Amino acid sequence: MRPPDDVVIRVEQLGKRYPIGVRPRYRALRDVLADAVGPRRPATSDAVWALDDVSFAVREGEVLGVIGRNGAGKSTLLKLLARITRPTRGSIELRGRVASLLEVGTGFHPELTGRENIFLNGAILGMTKAEIVRKLDEIVAFAEVERFIDTPVKHYSSGMYLRLAFAIAAHLEPEILLVDEVLAVGDAAFQKKCTGKMGDVAKGGRTVLFVSHNIGAITTLCTHAAYLVAGRLAAFGPAHEVAMAYTRDAAVLSGAADLGAPSVSRRGDGAARFVQATLQDARGRAIASAVEGAPFRIELRLEVRRPIDLRILSITLIDPYGNDLATTMHYDSLAAAPLGRGLYAFSATFDPNPLRQGTFDVRLACLGPSFHEHDHLHHAFAFVVARSADDPDDVIARPGVVKVDAAWQMTRVTP
Amino acid sequence: MVIEGEDSSLVRDVREVWRYRELLSFLAWRDLKVRYKQTVLGAAWAVLQPVLTMVVFSIVFGHLAKIPSDGVPYPVFVYAALLPWSLFAHALTESSQSLVANRNLITKVYFPRLVIPIAPLFVGLVDFAIAAVVLAGMMAWYGIVPGVAIVCVPAFVLLGLLTALAVGVWLAALNVQYRDVRYVVPFLTQLWFFATPVAYPSALLPEPWRSVSGLNPMAGVVEGFRWAVLDRPGLPGPLLIVSVISVLALLLAGLRYFSRMERAFADVI
Repeated sequence: MRPPDDVVIRVEQLGKRYPIGVRPRYRALRDVLADAVGPRRPATSDAVWALDDVSFAVREGEVLGVIGRNGAGKSTLLKLLARITRPTRGSIELRGRVASLLEVGTGFHPELTGRENIFLNGAILGMTKAEIVRKLDEIVAFAEVERFIDTPVKHYSSGMYLRLAFAIAAHLEPEILLVDEVLAVGDAAFQKKCTGKMGDVAKGGRTVLFVSHNIGAITTLCTHAAYLVAGRLAAFGPAHEVAMAYTRDAAVLSGAADLGAPSVSRRGDGAARFVQATLQDARGRAIASAVEGAPFRIELRLEVRRPIDLRILSITLIDPYGNDLATTMHYDSLAAAPLGRGLYAFSATFDPNPLRQGTFDVRLACLGPSFHEHDHLHHAFAFVVARSADDPDDVIARPGVVKVDAAWQMTRVTP
Repeated sequence: MVIEGEDSSLVRDVREVWRYRELLSFLAWRDLKVRYKQTVLGAAWAVLQPVLTMVVFSIVFGHLAKIPSDGVPYPVFVYAALLPWSLFAHALTESSQSLVANRNLITKVYFPRLVIPIAPLFVGLVDFAIAAVVLAGMMAWYGIVPGVAIVCVPAFVLLGLLTALAVGVWLAALNVQYRDVRYVVPFLTQLWFFATPVAYPSALLPEPWRSVSGLNPMAGVVEGFRWAVLDRPGLPGPLLIVSVISVLALLLAGLRYFSRMERAFADVI
């Protein structure tokens, strides 16, 4: 059955299930042997649908943005389309050559020279040798690394490395281009170069699928958007409409949140687990949202199931663009200590509160010696920082996500 | 192109590898470059290891234990077998580690996964060629002139590499699931070495056991290689046939297992 002429990506009832839970990601053969002879341990058959019953179609020349919070299934969708992993259910129909950019510089080898890496990386991304030879000069010029092209890339600065990696990717000529948050890396100028190139690709009549949690990038770059919530398609249509739906129901913490549920974005051996988070004011009363300029507190309940030697308990704040903003760790004020079984409450008070208005995502980690993960929860919860009501003088919206106090001075330099 | 969950087909996998043969050659070339860039002695390793093994074996097995060597001087006898064996052992080790070593590729880009355990097979050929020069020197020293049978050498090299691939794909796929497989590989290689007629001639075994020992494909590779290089009568035909069948069966089973497992690679690696 052939799809109607201009549909290049057709996704039907797509589903992907991952096993999750306390089980480590891979097992040792000796565990299997031990299981076979020893007493039966209860099987951990917890599974989660990272993507469930997703259907949509993308027409030729469209730029589809895929948006959703961390763990909503964006990356899973991309990996399925890129054929990196196989669907558990449903089907995908693709027409044309597909190139996927889940990161730049995949397969770069530090010992090889720039030129050698162009060939290697180009081949990995699906270019033929003849194609690479033809575009070699163009790639080198685009990356601005002419002088170092025969130097091993381990001697490159990180900027040169990124430019070279992106230059190769930019010279791919697929009919369908799949892009993950490649734009999140690099400096502003580099990001601009990336977005410009993506626009060119779309103008050339090719189809782009772009995954991001930066809603701004989606609305400026994409014609259409798909919004995923917990693995399901919550909205699909013109980019600005979907963006509105996304902003409307950004799932945020108000009061207390239950963290006990299993999730795709959870890792760890399960010896200790975060079970609850509460947003409080400085006096410990639960609040719906924090307020700009006012101190707030995050209280975490940690359930210790087996004694642990707690080394790091950390809270990472992620800004509305998906970048790590800051991380605070319990040992900044508490001593490292072994913890016996039981329920513990940790509270972190942010005083002064540096955050400006917006929605902030939170990542939690509980680590033992040598960074052994007891619990690691991406996208544990999000909370809102609201505009202060008694801040009448801030009439101009200041760009930025944190508040900095600068002492200003002025002197007259020339008479 | 349609992607669905449950389809895995051996024929399609093999065809895909052919389509991606350029990538295969690039990966093989990368492994080769990197191998020689990171060593001080470079090519010397290729010679040092088999030569030292040959010396030790000549003293222990040839001189002290007086193991028969088919009427050829023992050093030449054992060295001619060490060549294909080292090629095989190196290819097997690299191939079985290959998927885990390339996990950054597997989780980021699509290409037929089978390319990965195939690529490292070729790297050993350079070492093999260098070590072969030493064999030529030794043969000249002992006055052994190869006959027409030498044209069969590539066939036995191929058979050795196919054996490495057949077992390599099993181990590589298992290694993704169970990380301690890598500790098993050196041990397995060592046992396999003594089960293969490298230090002794297979003629020590009475028939039919000699032919049965061909179930170990490396027996056929080593005996065949020695026969082809040293220009001697008495190619153990039945043993060789058993070996060829054994390789093909192993390879087919290995590839089937691999293509069944490969769709889970990116999820568990």
